[in-house]
Amino acid sequence: MPPETAPAAAFTAPASRVVNDFSIQVATVNGSGSQTANLVLLRSIFQSGVPVSGKNLFPSNIAGLPTWFTIRASRRGYIARRRETDILVAMNPDTAREDVASLRPGAAVVYDALLRLEAVRDDVVFYPVPFDRIVAPVCPDARLRKLVRNMIYDGVLARLLGIDLARMRQALARQLGKKPKAVALNEAALDAGFEYAAANLEKRDPFVIEPMDATRGKILIDGNAAAAIGAMMAGVTVVTWYPITPSSSLCEALTGYMRAHRTDPATGKATFAIVQAEDELSALGMALGAGWAGARAMTATSGPGISLMAEFTGLGYFAEVPAVIFDIQRAGPSTGLPTRTAQGDLLSTAVLSHGDTRHPMLLPASVGEAYEMAMAAFDLAERLQTPVFVMSDLDLGMNVWMSEPFAYPERAPDRGKRLTPEVLERLGEWHRYRDVDGDGVPWRTAPGDGMPAYFCRGSGHNEQGQYSERPGDYAGTLERLARKLETARTLVPPAVVEADEGARVGLIAFGTSHWAVAESRDQLREEAGLPTAYLRLRGYPFGPEVEAFVRRWERVYVVEQNRDGQMRGLLALDLEPPLVQRLRSVRHFDGLPLDARSVTAAVLEQERGGTR
Amino acid sequence: MSTDAPAAPGRKLNRIGLEPGAYRGGKSTLCAGCGHNAISERIIEAYYEMGIDPSRVVKMSGIGCSSKSPAYFLGSAHGFNAVHGRMPSVATGAMLANRTLLAIGVSGDGDTGAIGIGQFVHLMRRNVPMIYIVENNGCYGLTKGQLSPTADLGSVLKSGVVNDLPPIDLCALAIELGASFVARTFSGDKKQMSALLKAAIAHRGTVMLDIISPCVTFNDHEGSTKSYSYVKDHDEPLGEISFVPYFDDISVDYGPGEVQEVTLHDGSRLLLKKLAGDYDPTNRVIARRVLHETASRGEYATGLLYVEPSRPDFLSLLNLVDRPLAFLTPDETRPGRDVLEQIMEELR
Repeated sequence: MPPETAPAAAFTAPASRVVNDFSIQVATVNGSGSQTANLVLLRSIFQSGVPVSGKNLFPSNIAGLPTWFTIRASRRGYIARRRETDILVAMNPDTAREDVASLRPGAAVVYDALLRLEAVRDDVVFYPVPFDRIVAPVCPDARLRKLVRNMIYDGVLARLLGIDLARMRQALARQLGKKPKAVALNEAALDAGFEYAAANLEKRDPFVIEPMDATRGKILIDGNAAAAIGAMMAGVTVVTWYPITPSSSLCEALTGYMRAHRTDPATGKATFAIVQAEDELSALGMALGAGWAGARAMTATSGPGISLMAEFTGLGYFAEVPAVIFDIQRAGPSTGLPTRTAQGDLLSTAVLSHGDTRHPMLLPASVGEAYEMAMAAFDLAERLQTPVFVMSDLDLGMNVWMSEPFAYPERAPDRGKRLTPEVLERLGEWHRYRDVDGDGVPWRTAPGDGMPAYFCRGSGHNEQGQYSERPGDYAGTLERLARKLETARTLVPPAVVEADEGARVGLIAFGTSHWAVAESRDQLREEAGLPTAYLRLRGYPFGPEVEAFVRRWERVYVVEQNRDGQMRGLLALDLEPPLVQRLRSVRHFDGLPLDARSVTAAVLEQERGGTR
Repeated sequence: MSTDAPAAPGRKLNRIGLEPGAYRGGKSTLCAGCGHNAISERIIEAYYEMGIDPSRVVKMSGIGCSSKSPAYFLGSAHGFNAVHGRMPSVATGAMLANRTLLAIGVSGDGDTGAIGIGQFVHLMRRNVPMIYIVENNGCYGLTKGQLSPTADLGSVLKSGVVNDLPPIDLCALAIELGASFVARTFSGDKKQMSALLKAAIAHRGTVMLDIISPCVTFNDHEGSTKSYSYVKDHDEPLGEISFVPYFDDISVDYGPGEVQEVTLHDGSRLLLKKLAGDYDPTNRVIARRVLHETASRGEYATGLLYVEPSRPDFLSLLNLVDRPLAFLTPDETRPGRDVLEQIMEELR
């Protein structure tokens, strides 16, 4: 029988309290049903009004491999990953010792008493919990115990961290929704954990949650669900996809929302078609076929799918067919790390497919932007008549983030230049690929719309869409497509620029790197006396504000989550050589989300080198 | 077979008042005598005689000589010449966007049997409503005569290369995969091809139409099993096919047992006069057996191989609203404020 409490001489952390500013890491085995317990814990902190973020570091596996869920509470509102763990919940026998060894002194460990981790070191606080003994009476059905026992650590943590148990019950009810049996069972485990801690565990660590008012009105959602809501509100009608981590949950969430909200209640008929294709080639082929025929069409994928979509992307670009492609980036190349995050598809996506191509990309940093840019992408794809990519990543797509609730779109969808009898009369004559407005974007028709037909092709063509190998026709088409890219510069969301007073260097980042950079800027200013200016990219091709920013600052650090500095490379393609020399690179590529300390250290190291 | 609407003097109009010229396309750039041109001619006739509005038709293709041909018929219809082997997905997407369209795709034996076999397989399996024609000459013409996967074992190329791999029988594959209308014909058999094309237009579901279409430049020599003379000699019609469109109220007085009648989706009828044996094109097992037996004798079974008029097509399985998805308005596709508010409330 394991001891009920740690030995009497147990380590006690220094007395000063750490309020709403720490990280919890739950180490479990995947497939053990810990997700509910982790999300209940996260939600209970959120409902205490404390800013919180959660990151799931999981394996590419159904069951049996190690998984870590990290929850960060931050009274200052930082939601980037933090490398340090303050409280470890050690549930995985295989990794427990290593997990404990990696803690810094003063951390706390809640663990299965059977693991006897207290022997590993003597400078952290140990809270042994006999999970099996607690779970047996509250869950008579032995088959369910594996799932229910995780709720016990929530109860223990509620007691240790001072989280109101009622709030945790409320979070549990939210999480399990309309499953009263499951709620009752889990509630019993929660209570049992809480009672066990109250009776047996003496608080010896400094970490506490105290209610704040920083989350009122906010929502919790993952980026894939946010993008799905955006796509639905954009009026998507054709969705074609092939399962791939980490993008599958986008189309699955979308399927749920569309069935609920896009089915005619009177007839039960759908205003949408969602088709699981046989591969990513077909997924984009179907989306392009639908886009050509006038529908708002999309697909969602990740790196390997992007590679397969290269051929069709070139067709969409050259034949000028709209489609929206969500790339939920994961760590490549090849199969890479399917369940780990990266910003590694930028370069290949910007110029995807053979020949001269260039594709608009949107770069969401938050769940709010995943929602808004999903809508913007459909407008852009139809306005520009070309495939548009939304470059999300696993961190944004699959993790849960706080957000202001999403605003209802005030603007009607922009369906782009669709020929009507009125336009035809104004133009006098119509040719599918003639640039009558000077913006590189011609007028188009769709089968069945009553307007003149044309022959759409990926082979060389003239303004009429007829097959042509004439040098002038080919060069003219390429030049017009380049003009269209200039139009795209004015239409993609502009970068967001801000500067500290007395800023000495510039930072450029995008997507989920933003959160680490925002925190790092505070560290640089407060700890190293280095105020910074910051440009957050939100779209490609770059608007004029990007060049202006680089012109303004002598040293500009481009922060990104890939090995080769891909965004720096794209900037270098656009900027004049003297400006390119100002660009420095901060790169992070270990598969885990970027953290502020890494950025701060990398910038300071180069600053020291640079000012020497 | 066709009914002519009251015609203006000197003009032959079909039942929707269009002349044959309305169904023509651009001038063919294929070789003189190419079987594909004969197929384009029959397509023009069939759509004219069936009185189909060309503006409702979409012409789809992949890459290759065959895939060029949609430019040579129905010039006033929209066309999409996609990428090599991937026409099925583009056609599927177009039909998802607008279920009221009538799709006809033209592919070749390389475009379908090699690079495009994956998409072909899933198109057949889904039973997407469209006509899928394979202009089958057993070789790659546009790249100058390499072997394709439908070349017969032992067939000899003009260069002397002998094919030592077995052919893929695209009709057998299509039947196995669930296509609801599978037929084979020969570009030189005008009558049979016309009846099959008109029946194909009347059918709702995937029509797989394999048309042996000799390549006069690269595969029409002694030793080829897809030459005009070889196919003429080894064509084994399963029956004599007549097509009666739904708008023709023709009563047919065949004796009992002489013909099998198949009613298609739009009420048109296919009459199959048996030549030999008792071939039943509604029986998948018999169809597979006959294909296997004729192939092993080096013959081409032609005619209607298999038909299943009642199999639901892919679009009907999706339970879509009646109007084309492509033409729904923002009012119909953007949920109201209350919906977004409800979703937000669930996330708090």
